[in-house]
Amino acid sequence: MTEFMKRLLKTPQGAIGTFLVVLVLAIVVFGPMVAPYDPEKLSPLARYKGPSMMYWLGTDQYGRDIFSRLLIGARATVVMAVLATIAGTLIGALIGTASAFLGGRADELIMRTIDAVMSIPSLLFALLVVNLLGSSTVNALVAVAIAFAPGMARITRSVALSVRKQDYVNAAIARGESSAYIIRREMLPNVIAPIIVEMTIRVSFAVMLFATLSFLGLGAQPPAAEWGLMVSEARRYMHLSAGILIWPSVAIAIVAVGFNLLGDGLRDALNPRT
Amino acid sequence: MIVYTLLVVSLIVFAITQILPADAAVMMLGENATPEALDALRQTMGLDAPIWQQYATWLWHVVQGDLGTSLRTGQPVGPAMFEALGRSLLLAFLSIGLMLILAIPLGIIAAIRRGKIADMVVSLISYAGVALPEFVTATIAVLLFADWMKWLPPTGYVPLTDNFLDGISHLVLPVCVISIILIAHVSRMVRSELVDVLHTDYIRAARLKGMSRGHVLRRHALRNALLPTITIVALDVGYLLGGVIVVEEIFAIPGIGRQLIVAIQARDLPAIQAGVLIMAATYSIVNFIADILYAWLDKRIQYD
Repeated sequence: MTEFMKRLLKTPQGAIGTFLVVLVLAIVVFGPMVAPYDPEKLSPLARYKGPSMMYWLGTDQYGRDIFSRLLIGARATVVMAVLATIAGTLIGALIGTASAFLGGRADELIMRTIDAVMSIPSLLFALLVVNLLGSSTVNALVAVAIAFAPGMARITRSVALSVRKQDYVNAAIARGESSAYIIRREMLPNVIAPIIVEMTIRVSFAVMLFATLSFLGLGAQPPAAEWGLMVSEARRYMHLSAGILIWPSVAIAIVAVGFNLLGDGLRDALNPRT
Repeated sequence: MIVYTLLVVSLIVFAITQILPADAAVMMLGENATPEALDALRQTMGLDAPIWQQYATWLWHVVQGDLGTSLRTGQPVGPAMFEALGRSLLLAFLSIGLMLILAIPLGIIAAIRRGKIADMVVSLISYAGVALPEFVTATIAVLLFADWMKWLPPTGYVPLTDNFLDGISHLVLPVCVISIILIAHVSRMVRSELVDVLHTDYIRAARLKGMSRGHVLRRHALRNALLPTITIVALDVGYLLGGVIVVEEIFAIPGIGRQLIVAIQARDLPAIQAGVLIMAATYSIVNFIADILYAWLDKRIQYD
């Protein structure tokens, strides 16, 4: 494990990605405790303030402290994205493994159907599902998870199939190992790695998808401090103060870039050959 | 293949619009309609038939080119959707064009100068490109280029046939916003493909034969490295269509994405069904063409 961490931190992507993701997770855990102000407290006299000692990142259109809102909104934004990605991966991995295991015509049918589902853009799919279930944060989570599942199924299947054909699996079969041993000790470790890499990168897409759903009025609802909602609310007031638009955008970018870099770093660290 | 895809999509779309808590009859007659009037309308619209029968009727009409009547406007859905699709396709083609012009050279430069400053700059660009969702980049772009610098109009759509220059100036920001994420993705893919190809034996053989670097790159490496780009671009069309929805909403472009958002918000079932079906068909057709193009360019692949 320590050797793995060393490999991860040796590449610039891995080091910066790990730093950003740890930073974001720290904000998710400790953010609400250290936030200097109540994120929903309105101060009509302190609207559109620029950054100052009192308000580090300034205030928004209602005089709410932007820094506090970002610290507290991290949970709504990041935790939801991570949960949705995990759920989507689990569903996808299940379908993908089943398809690879069944093989033959069942595999063909499942994959053709997955292809068909993927021909609906994931944003549109999420829009339809949220509209079906009603707009709320939890429903947005379900929508994103369902929208991610087909892509993850494809990846899991192709990884599982290619691992199955490897010499070390055939060697284990020739050695007379049990199926359980082969799946657990030979196949699983090699299947999980690429899926974790893909999952890490997808978290950044989930953050963006959530933000976009909030922007279209189908995700988090005001006065929540979800970052995508903050950006979309700021659009009407951006002429008065650019800060209310810029800071939540920066926060989204940090999360997206962080998970992207970490994903690339993990890929390099898990593949010592290349 | 396309037929199966569209059949599955039509089933999904029909299922979702059936579960949607919207009663077409109530929507057309209003909340205060008498139960008798509602029943009569349901009967004429065929809403009292079993679901599978409704699906079969709907599908039969779609096959014949009749996408139904909008509950919101009372007009046929098909013509309005296809007119909107035309505007969206213009947006999409311009975005793909801009993306190809920028992403392929960027990817090639990064691969040739691997590990050098040029490579790092390109990967920096590609990380920045995937950092923000379209609605954020679009908003920032409007703030910068329309509000502060006053170079371009903030929103709106002018048909190119009405006023070409004005129409183009309205399309610059939307096209740039849509292409950013695509440029980031495709340039990375081109780079990694080309890096792989440059390490193969036939490239080494060509170099050892005494061919110049530029010649090897043009004649051997690029041909093989750029082929997979066709598939990647075709798969990215799904992402592109999603981006089109958001960008049309922000820049007030009356394309199919905007039609769909309006239809979803108004629970206009026939319009939702038609819009999703058209989008899925666009994606499938593009991928079908990409597969054929790939097989045509790469003689090693034979489709049965």
